[in-house]
Amino acid sequence: MTELHKSGAAVGEVVDASPAPTAFLEVRDLKVHFPTDDGVVKSVDGLNFQLERGRTLGIVGESGSGKSVTSLGIMGLHTAGQYGKRRARISGEIWLDGTELLSADPDHVRKLRGREMAMIFQDPLSALHPYYTIGHQIVEAYRVHHDVDKKTARRRAVEMLDRVGIPQPDKRVDSYPHEFSGGMRQRAMIAMSLVNNPELLIADEPTTALDVTVQAQILDLIRDLQKEFGSAVIIITHDLGVVAELADDILVMYGGRCVERGPAEKVFYEPRHPYTWGLLGSMPRLDREQTDRLIPVKGSPPSLINLPSGCAFNPRCPYADVPKDNVTRTVRPELQEVGGRHWAACHMTQEQRERIWTEEIAPKL
Amino acid sequence: MLAYLIRRLFAAVVMLVVIIVVVFGIFFLVPKWAGVDPAAAFVGKQADPAAVEAVREKLGLGDPIFVQVWEFFKGIFAGRTYAAGGDVTHCAAPCFGYSFRSEQAIWPVLTDRFPVTLGLALGAAILWLLFGVAAGVLSALKRGSLWDRGAMVVALAGVSLPIYFTGLLSLAIFSYGLGWIDAQYVPLSDSFTGWLGGMILPWITLAFLYAAMYARITRATMLEILGEDYIRTARAKGLREPVVIGKHAMRSTMTPILTMLGMDLGALIGGAILTETTFSLPGLGQAVLTAIRNQDLPIILGVTLITSLAVIVANLLVDILYAVIDPRVRLA
Amino acid sequence: MNQKSTGTQGAAAGDVLLKVNGLQKHFPIRKGMLQRQVGAVKAVDGIDFEVRSGETLGVVGESGCGKSTMGRLITRLLEPTAGTVEFEGRDITHLGVSGMRPMRRDVQMIFQDPYSSLNPRHTIGTIVGAPFRLQGVTPEGGIKKEVQRLLEVVGLNPEHYNRYPHEFSGGQRQRIGIARALALSPKLVIADEPVSALDVSIQAQVVNLLDDLQDELGLTYVIIAHDLSVVRHVSDRIAVMYLGKIVELADRSSLYRAPMHPYTKALLSAVPIPDPRRRSAKSERILLKGDVPSPIAPPSGCRFHTRCWKATRICTTQEPPLIELKPGQRVACHHPENAEDQAPQDTQLLSAAREAIELVPVGRDEAPAGQGAAAAEPATGSEGAAAEGTASGE
Repeated sequence: MTELHKSGAAVGEVVDASPAPTAFLEVRDLKVHFPTDDGVVKSVDGLNFQLERGRTLGIVGESGSGKSVTSLGIMGLHTAGQYGKRRARISGEIWLDGTELLSADPDHVRKLRGREMAMIFQDPLSALHPYYTIGHQIVEAYRVHHDVDKKTARRRAVEMLDRVGIPQPDKRVDSYPHEFSGGMRQRAMIAMSLVNNPELLIADEPTTALDVTVQAQILDLIRDLQKEFGSAVIIITHDLGVVAELADDILVMYGGRCVERGPAEKVFYEPRHPYTWGLLGSMPRLDREQTDRLIPVKGSPPSLINLPSGCAFNPRCPYADVPKDNVTRTVRPELQEVGGRHWAACHMTQEQRERIWTEEIAPKL
Repeated sequence: MLAYLIRRLFAAVVMLVVIIVVVFGIFFLVPKWAGVDPAAAFVGKQADPAAVEAVREKLGLGDPIFVQVWEFFKGIFAGRTYAAGGDVTHCAAPCFGYSFRSEQAIWPVLTDRFPVTLGLALGAAILWLLFGVAAGVLSALKRGSLWDRGAMVVALAGVSLPIYFTGLLSLAIFSYGLGWIDAQYVPLSDSFTGWLGGMILPWITLAFLYAAMYARITRATMLEILGEDYIRTARAKGLREPVVIGKHAMRSTMTPILTMLGMDLGALIGGAILTETTFSLPGLGQAVLTAIRNQDLPIILGVTLITSLAVIVANLLVDILYAVIDPRVRLA
Repeated sequence: MNQKSTGTQGAAAGDVLLKVNGLQKHFPIRKGMLQRQVGAVKAVDGIDFEVRSGETLGVVGESGCGKSTMGRLITRLLEPTAGTVEFEGRDITHLGVSGMRPMRRDVQMIFQDPYSSLNPRHTIGTIVGAPFRLQGVTPEGGIKKEVQRLLEVVGLNPEHYNRYPHEFSGGQRQRIGIARALALSPKLVIADEPVSALDVSIQAQVVNLLDDLQDELGLTYVIIAHDLSVVRHVSDRIAVMYLGKIVELADRSSLYRAPMHPYTKALLSAVPIPDPRRRSAKSERILLKGDVPSPIAPPSGCRFHTRCWKATRICTTQEPPLIELKPGQRVACHHPENAEDQAPQDTQLLSAAREAIELVPVGRDEAPAGQGAAAAEPATGSEGAAAEGTASGE
């Protein structure tokens, strides 16, 4: 694993040796490809974004859009402990607080994991080791990065459990995961990920496995904790409701690429990509008058082995036939700024999209 | 945890009683139903009628069945006196029966033979656990590599080659050919090095077979565990890879291995007949083989009981270890 | 609106098609070597409702509330512990396998997981055609033709007759499941979380399909789901379940506009709203504390009293009956919201009730002052505001 990388070198494989960014987290042209028997699965194929401390980025997309693969890529979990030919191929740059992670020494990245960047997973029951107590697992997470004795670490674990709202933390610290309810387990998972005060917290579908009343509790907790710790948060979800609750910025992924990115307000109120329109039209909403019909996106998500040439959304796009100036269908649209800090990747002109959104889509939502 | 232990222990005792009753039934009742005279069966086919009659009276074969069972049970704990007229044979507790054919009580035979078999089984188990599990883990970590494929070919060979082949081959090479090892059984009480020398080839032969099986199951289990979410969590915490594998993944991998170990150890104690015969080890397996040849039923009965006991004890130990490893088991 | 006396034959729209009375399912818990029964999981613990022909009844609740067990009971995939299930006026509670066979044509089920509910070794043609073979029915024009017609009805290519399930995406598999359920033109379709395993854009396709099929074929649905937005979209009437009981049963608009049961209210307010501006809107969220109690030993009296902010003494001792407080809205609560108090004499709040909830301002930075004090008695001014987004003045 190590032979590929020059330890500490700041120069990645990317041709233009661009300078270190000023943003806290910056992802540049990230590609994560998995070789399989049927071909190369391009799970993430050229992704760019930045994130500052204290801000929350919501990554939205359907299964297979590459959102979880991105998060594991940032954490360096595609290569850690992966052996043999099936290993993921990753390229691009991931800058975390001035360090480029993909070219860094893997052991250095390991030391950042859990301390600088931590992760909350979807299903806390399977993400916690069934044979160790909650306390043991939190203590372990703390002691990897802090040279303290077990007693001190245990005090810290109890303190964290208390902070995330687990009743009787000094008793529950010795419970096993199966003795907790789903919501409590996710709280324990959050306590574990925050035990080292990470500056970047990635939450991958943190509430998908939970009931709606528990989901509300957990979202609330994440919001409070972020305010308290001031860390940067990436929340990955398929639920537009969840991102609307938490995110400052939203990144919409489709077929391994970003199709739209911008401040939450903009993405919800002035979306400029047909796929975002599709997502908004597909979901029944409690905050609107009852509609007769949902407006689904036709067809199915694309195969990541044979992505359509050109725009990946083209086969499902209801506006694929809108006449476009000077563009060939086989060319992939690049992200273009459509407003302040708001980008979308679509071949239609700005005016066309603005018209379609205000005249055809928005009134039906 | 304590409640779990008590339940398991209780279950083990009940199991033991059931086994004794069943074994007794097989050896005393089935010949009767099959129209074979049990007394004759105990003495052997060529015995003269007078001797058969004497045995019948001594064993109380004319008594009702429950009396016979009771007498047998009592014998185990209190000893037993076989009497027919003036001919009195005493069998001290624990009396697992008396062989009228070889004119000896069974228990001393068992205690004589048992250490040999136990030594064989335990020694081999240590070897196969060390090598099998290690090979399996390495294979899983380097899946698809040359090492993985090589190890799995060797494992396949180990599983498919019979003991008497590998055993004889090792004897031919190391003992008769190279003369490195004097493959003669020496009791542990006589000489430690002699015992070691006599046991090393049987251990390796037996361990080769089992290590192969354990390597395969370890590899498969480890591969499954490495795909678990909690392994990803362990890595996300920033744990070193050796800790992730050695602690988090290993603990889960141990569960199926332990289950297998319990059954295999129990079965081996019951008689590694092939290994003991190949290497002329005076263990239980050999005793049974001789007894079968001589139709010495009481010895077969005794060995069967001791084997069942061994299996039960081994499984009890596994159950306890299981609960130590997996906290969820303690609830069950 | 009171349908209690109806029980007539036939299935004209509006007639009672399915009637459930006092339905119970207790799963015994056995322990020890002798497998003594030491308790029971009271998954469904006495529920009554009816489904009228042509309507859609939505059943919502959190995991463990018994909604899926209920679905399996009314399709007789599980044997009820007590109570009756009547279909078209006929008691089917204790029909044997052969007695159920004709019934199976009329009642079909759609399952949640489109991956595990289709046999991977059978072609689509075999799977969708299986009901015909099982029932010994030969449709006009033969099974193959009919199956191809069904595939077309659910929006699949009829030429895919000979393909296997793994060749289809999740949404397409759910369509296959629907085609199979429709094969024998059932009267009642029970769908257990039909869209929760699907992606958002695909969910909408399947929801619309179910809608169209109802219009075209006059189907009656019981749709079980945990997603309140989906349930609102598809249902005419909605039953809210909590710990094996129906706590509220009402038509859609009443339930979502003015929920009466505190649990319904909390459930509705917990749904995250896909609207970033709502964060700073002046509304609040009721955050229930703790977890749902165990169905092995459910709380006495009203099962929700351990987490309810309105609970009083009577709630711990007397189980509130499910009664109609408004036409078309039945609720089981002593102190309902949006309706007259059923036990006005009992005013002393339980001490637990004071801490039962947290009112969280949905606005991130503009927490209105004095929120903490309002916890015991939720401000009546915000009544229903959480449920009705459009009313919050945008």
